[in-house]
Amino acid sequence: MTERVKVAIVGSGPAGLTAAIYTARANLEPVVIEGEISSTSDQPGGQLMLTTEIENFPGFINGIEGPELMGNFKAQAERFGAKIHSAKVSRADFSQRPFKLWTSDQTDETEPAYIADSVIISTGARSLMLGLDREIELIGHGVSTCATCDGFFFRGREIAVVGGGDSAMEEAIFLTKFASRVYLIVRRGELRASKIMAERAIKNEKITIVWNSVVSKLNGESALTSIELTNTLDSTTRQLDVSGLFVAIGHVPNTDIFQSQIEMDENGYIITSNGTYTSVDGVFACGDVQDHTYRQAITAAGSGCMAAIDVERWLENQH
Amino acid sequence: MKTITDSSFNEELINNDLMLVDFWAEWCGPCKLVAPILEEIERDKAGALTVGKLDIDENLDVARRFEVMSIPTMILFKKGEPVARIVGAKSKNAILRELESHF
Repeated sequence: MTERVKVAIVGSGPAGLTAAIYTARANLEPVVIEGEISSTSDQPGGQLMLTTEIENFPGFINGIEGPELMGNFKAQAERFGAKIHSAKVSRADFSQRPFKLWTSDQTDETEPAYIADSVIISTGARSLMLGLDREIELIGHGVSTCATCDGFFFRGREIAVVGGGDSAMEEAIFLTKFASRVYLIVRRGELRASKIMAERAIKNEKITIVWNSVVSKLNGESALTSIELTNTLDSTTRQLDVSGLFVAIGHVPNTDIFQSQIEMDENGYIITSNGTYTSVDGVFACGDVQDHTYRQAITAAGSGCMAAIDVERWLENQH
Repeated sequence: MKTITDSSFNEELINNDLMLVDFWAEWCGPCKLVAPILEEIERDKAGALTVGKLDIDENLDVARRFEVMSIPTMILFKKGEPVARIVGAKSKNAILRELESHF
């Protein structure tokens, strides 16, 4: 059965839920198609669902847990009447207005699940994997997509974290609570993390940084036993015995379903201009799906608010 | 959902022909997302399937025995034997797809 809505919000991280709070308060009765549950960063609540304490979200003097913060965002949006739909958007048609959206839980896909006057895209970004042989098969057997979920199982063991940015530093530091040693595998001869995070990692006695190296192979039958590292300067290889591997090498935007319908940059990020307007009149974008520069919960929330205000004004001008 | 412990685990397997065990912990975000889905599945399949939860913080023996290294992990036991294993939080439909052939 197709439902007609004024605003459909696709994605439920800080950007999408802030847009929901604002559009719901403006009586636009938004529906938030929140995504599908998973243990990766592509899930309802977004990337913060896999983090622990967030120290820099303003208003929380002593920090707040990521899942708790997102639970609050959602409850606040629901308080003003936003409708939350637990599914993924499987297909979108922006070729004419009103826009059509199909969802992953539809049994009959002849008609769209929603016909929407306007759409706010806030599908965020997901963590990149290494793309190595057997990587997917070894998830849950040494390879992890969620340090906060799986760190516990590596108590007293030696493990590796791949990446040189802030998320890699955060995961490496968090994992020293359990692991006896954390090898931080860094592609270059320097860290691209912020100074404060880089310093914390370098000073941590349980972290050993392996410079100029990439993971080139995963070894182990039923579970990970070692990884092969290739030196990026001289191409030599070496084995490193670790039973756990945590990957934090960067992100890709979740824009696959919008391919060829909306203007994107060469990395798949949606291009916005004049606030949150996209190349399709009536479709707006906010949060990490259109921002590869700042990528913070607070900037995502801020752009979600902008999208809501842009939508509200745009809808008023349609009459 | 029934609470399963290291000491009750074997008995539960004997008493329940088809039992789904959810390995979880308090500090695991995705575990909290999947718990209400498992409760729904338990209601939908009442009589055919028992669903139990095992807190790995307090019951590491069973978790070790089945080499659980990531949570949530859900293992389906049929007449005491593990027949299906789901690693990571998943949607209701995705979980049911994994279980379906064992009913």
